[in-house]
Amino acid sequence: MGQANALPETTAGRNRERPQLRERVMKIWRRNKLLWLLFLPCLLYYLIFKYLPMFGLVITFKDYNLFKGIWASSWVGFKYYRMFLENPDFLLLMKNTFLLGLYRLVFGFPAPILLAILLNEVRKASFKRLVQTVSYLPHFISNVIVASMVIMFLSPTGGLINNLLGGLGIGPVNFMNEPGFFRIIYVLSEIWQHIGWETIIYLAALTAIDPQLYEAAEMDGAGRLRRIWHITLPGISPAIVITLILNIGQVLEIGFEKVFLMQNPAIYETADIISTYVYRVGMQQGNFSYGASIDLFMGVISLVFIYSANWISRRISETSLW
Amino acid sequence: MKFRINLFSIINGIALLMVVAATLYPFVHMLAVSLSSDSYVIQNTVSIWPKGFNLDMYKVVLEDSKIWAAYKNTIIYTFTGTLISLLITSTGAYALSRSDMALRKSLTMLIVVTMFFSGGMIPTFLVVRSLNLVDTVWGMVLPGAVSTWNLILMRTFFAGIPKELEESGRMDGLNDIGIFARIIVPLSKASFATIALFYAVSMWNNFLGPLLYLRSSELFPLQVLLRNMVLAGTSSSGDVTGIGGDNQIVEESLKYATIMVSTLPILAVYPFIQKYFVQGAMIGAVKG
Repeated sequence: MGQANALPETTAGRNRERPQLRERVMKIWRRNKLLWLLFLPCLLYYLIFKYLPMFGLVITFKDYNLFKGIWASSWVGFKYYRMFLENPDFLLLMKNTFLLGLYRLVFGFPAPILLAILLNEVRKASFKRLVQTVSYLPHFISNVIVASMVIMFLSPTGGLINNLLGGLGIGPVNFMNEPGFFRIIYVLSEIWQHIGWETIIYLAALTAIDPQLYEAAEMDGAGRLRRIWHITLPGISPAIVITLILNIGQVLEIGFEKVFLMQNPAIYETADIISTYVYRVGMQQGNFSYGASIDLFMGVISLVFIYSANWISRRISETSLW
Repeated sequence: MKFRINLFSIINGIALLMVVAATLYPFVHMLAVSLSSDSYVIQNTVSIWPKGFNLDMYKVVLEDSKIWAAYKNTIIYTFTGTLISLLITSTGAYALSRSDMALRKSLTMLIVVTMFFSGGMIPTFLVVRSLNLVDTVWGMVLPGAVSTWNLILMRTFFAGIPKELEESGRMDGLNDIGIFARIIVPLSKASFATIALFYAVSMWNNFLGPLLYLRSSELFPLQVLLRNMVLAGTSSSGDVTGIGGDNQIVEESLKYATIMVSTLPILAVYPFIQKYFVQGAMIGAVKG
């Protein structure tokens, strides 16, 4: 960066300047060309698969037609944005997306902190390792399998959970067809899948705590809970804040795959979120312009979210992502 | 005092054992049901131990040619994808790790921006489509080739390698590419393994990619086949009904068997490769 900007701005005579400038450019080129060549595939990837689609967003202002292509399709201004805002489902979709994200934040965020603290209290290293190894496992299981397991275990005919409930005399509940259950089922499955893996950031922070602090506190007569409160929690609080900002910023960014796999039309009332709606409208019904408009609309709101979360955190705790 | 400490340890131990049980129970149960005979499955008496042990369901699953085709597709996508991803990510990350590369900050910025804003599902699909990648192996492999997270992780790895080693390479007459290939790569085997595993797992598990970019069923990977068999309820073959009396129930153990067959590779290698994942995540957590 520095070298690129260091090109001379002052002139030392027209005849001298040109060759000098060229020489400098050539020098920078010679020094960097191989590194730039190494970077080229990566650059092409980002330009083609990340930046080109951003320019493709122009279709949100057009009546995009697959056969006409982007350029020949006619301009329609804000038609599709207006269409979305006037859509009777608009508020419901916003609410579903926001609530699902909020539930995940409220229940999913503290869970790994609690597990990390419990793990930190284990004296026996082999037991700690066992719990860690096992609890990381579901993070590597595909969403298809997790969704399949959830749906099958909750099935009213022969599903594991209904068998247990049946034993208690509670008769089969069709969990996946009751809109009221979707959010809690989704959030529980998220916790099951990621609780272990998400402890890693806290366990990493815990290794930085000086063990002498615990010894000193023990000498002063502090019990387990007091030590957790006064040493462990302050020790991991920067990690907690960073994770919290990230999670608040991502409240609206709910993974498409699992919601899509777990939902069915009977529970769209709670289970239909923006990304699954975009998929249905855009990809399945072929209304590309409309789908992309909704996606962009949410992308902008999401950006505002992460920006505000970062701003607030910088104000109150001096910890921020950037 | 002593008593309280022990009580805490006991409660803590029990709580953690419950976490272990809650994590493993679904797998053990699926395995047990898939290995049990129909009559016990119908009575719902199978919990963690198979009753009336038999391998019938696995025979049905393994005789299904669709499973094998999907397995093959998944392996092809995972292998090619990991290789390409690793190549693009490592070279890009190395260039970005070199503080003397001109335009480094602007290029890093260009990449980081995409973490916060993207064109989204539909414009990306239109790009993939216009490049004629729909319904090809490349459509599976290229659109998700670089994960910005992995790129930054790898840049952090490379930035930690002492500069003196690069200097000594330069003295020996190596250029930048030579330094990367002869010095950096051999020194970073562990980080290459970690990133390769991250890519391989996400490729193996990828469902959205094939959902968007594949049309013909002979190209479907395991995850799509699984979803069609287990969730959409279309059973794999006609002979399923011939095995047991109650379709609904037998289908259940068949589905569990299918899930087990497709998860087994991950379950089997996971204990051995787990530490690489954790190393990668640790570095990401500490420095990211």
